[in-house]
Amino acid sequence: MKKIIKYVFIDILRSKIVIGFTIFLLILSLSIFNLEDNSSKGLLSLLNIILIIVPLVSILFSAIYVYNSSEFLELLVSQPLKRKSIWLSLYVGLAGAMALSFFVGAGIPILMYESTPTGYIMIIIGVLLSVIFVSIAMLAAVLTRDKAKGIGVVMLLWLYFSLLFDGLILFILFEFADYPLEKPMVFLSALNPIDLGRIMILLKMDVSALMGYTGAVFKDFFGTSTGFAIAMVVMFAWAAIPLWISVKKFKHKDL
Amino acid sequence: MIKTLVFCFCVLLCFTNVSAKNIFVGTGKQFKTINEALKIAEDGDSIIVSAGIYKEGNIEITKKITLAGINYPILDGQKKFEIISVRSPYVTISGFKLINSGVSSIVDVAGIKIYNTYKVVIKNNILLETFFGIYLQNSSKCEITGNSLKATTKIEQNNGNGIHCWKSDSLLITNNKIEGHRDGMYFEFTTNTKVVNNISEKNLRYGLHFMFSHNNRYITNIFKSNGAGVAVMYSHHVTMTANKFLENWGDGAYGLLLKEITDSHVDNNLFLKNTIAIYMEGATRIVMQSNVFKFNGWAMKIMASCMDVTVNKNNFLSNTFDVGTNGSVSLNDFKNNYWDKYEGYDINKDGIGDVPYRPVSLFATIIENNPPAMILFRSFMSTLLDKTEKVIPTLTPENLKDDYPLMKPLKL
Repeated sequence: MKKIIKYVFIDILRSKIVIGFTIFLLILSLSIFNLEDNSSKGLLSLLNIILIIVPLVSILFSAIYVYNSSEFLELLVSQPLKRKSIWLSLYVGLAGAMALSFFVGAGIPILMYESTPTGYIMIIIGVLLSVIFVSIAMLAAVLTRDKAKGIGVVMLLWLYFSLLFDGLILFILFEFADYPLEKPMVFLSALNPIDLGRIMILLKMDVSALMGYTGAVFKDFFGTSTGFAIAMVVMFAWAAIPLWISVKKFKHKDL
Repeated sequence: MIKTLVFCFCVLLCFTNVSAKNIFVGTGKQFKTINEALKIAEDGDSIIVSAGIYKEGNIEITKKITLAGINYPILDGQKKFEIISVRSPYVTISGFKLINSGVSSIVDVAGIKIYNTYKVVIKNNILLETFFGIYLQNSSKCEITGNSLKATTKIEQNNGNGIHCWKSDSLLITNNKIEGHRDGMYFEFTTNTKVVNNISEKNLRYGLHFMFSHNNRYITNIFKSNGAGVAVMYSHHVTMTANKFLENWGDGAYGLLLKEITDSHVDNNLFLKNTIAIYMEGATRIVMQSNVFKFNGWAMKIMASCMDVTVNKNNFLSNTFDVGTNGSVSLNDFKNNYWDKYEGYDINKDGIGDVPYRPVSLFATIIENNPPAMILFRSFMSTLLDKTEKVIPTLTPENLKDDYPLMKPLKL
């Protein structure tokens, strides 16, 4: 298993796309911090990168990589190896590479310029989102055989998580404005890892505004250590459950 | 002529010096209790109290005397009495530690209460666990300086105000520290008063609260972490300068709440980390200048009932929302402020942006109507909505804008 992980890791590094992404993130975050006169504005710009670009690159690159290595997978399956360990190694390699690339590209500049609780939580969320979207990409890739269709599916998934879901929430909020929606909203936010991550960051970044009545509900839930723990568990579930389903599917997949 | 005058003055001076005597109170001294000393004291005398614990019930002062404590003698009200009642002018009380005044919901029991008089000085005392701390009733020209007041009762009904002034005039309140009371400082029908250099923090309700109190000045005070911040209502000609409003958090908490305030100045203040730094309702002819708003939830909520409010030369830095409002009409003037969210340009390099800045974002308006929408804040979706609104304003008030936004922050 270690060998496969090592191979996947080296293969990804060799493809240079991830290295390019890392350098892109690095240049972007450094220039953001250097351009803005106050670093909290820099964090704000970085927030958009973490919530939009990181999931996009993660999901797209992973899906393409899985499709491109289909022959390699076939070869591995023909060896006396468990399918489960093949698939998990592939995941660990991909997720590790994406998380590392985010950490080097955005994490280190954040640590350099904004070594605050807000900065730390942003790094944690960024790494988690990388890992989660690799897992979602692998599920999508195992479910659709055709490469073009698969890539379309992951693009749609990304669009759903970063935009459509929020639109839906906004629709619900206005449609049911007469009802107390604060608590259901806490639950709904758990259905989207990007939203959950964003709220965790907001709690550090906009804590003053969040102390208003509605905000206080979120603060009371996510702001406590139990709430934080629950949110983290949900984030891990977002990585683990799609992966687990994809392993099950891969076990019985006719390659 | 001048010689005679000087002579007369000298004689007068000698006379007063001779007549005033010092009366000592304490173990092994002339008197054991302050009340005994008060009986024989005459106008102009000083009563000097040594350290110790004095449980004398109510101490009533009806003569023009100075009451001074050495090493903070403790006056214990045993949770039953009003500790000191002053009913005479020209009284000075300094250097005491007053603890455990009575608590009542019928009478306003205080640590030190001043009744219908003038020229009273309350200086450098410590008040712990008093119901009301220092209470001025219908008094004028009094000075409250360097006192430290602290209460720990958490129930609002059992906790009075720190410094409470009712129907008073020309007071000077400086360098006091008030903590844990209901309202830190409370003024009602109090005029021409100067409030300088006080620290009011962790009070249950407001750090500073005044109503119907005109022509007052509040300078270099610090209001921090109060239950509901600072509320000022129904007053005119108020000046608030160089105060600090810090960390007033909560839905009903405001750095500064202005309700029905007219003809007033708010300048050179610092608003840091408040949920709403300034909330204005029915405020008219207010000038807000050279203030710094930093890390607030809302820097300003200005309701449609406000008129002729001038907001100029302020710094708005790292606030979640700059301005919130509830209507579509704005009769107020925003000019020459620095907004860190401004994205315009300055072609002629005069330091003033060439496109107006609209401080009310669409998302702030959405949250105003539908508070739970806060959950979507800073999402891709909300950013998109804000950008489109910036291009074509439809939902946000069209004329609430700063036509001359500054490109660089002011040095404040």
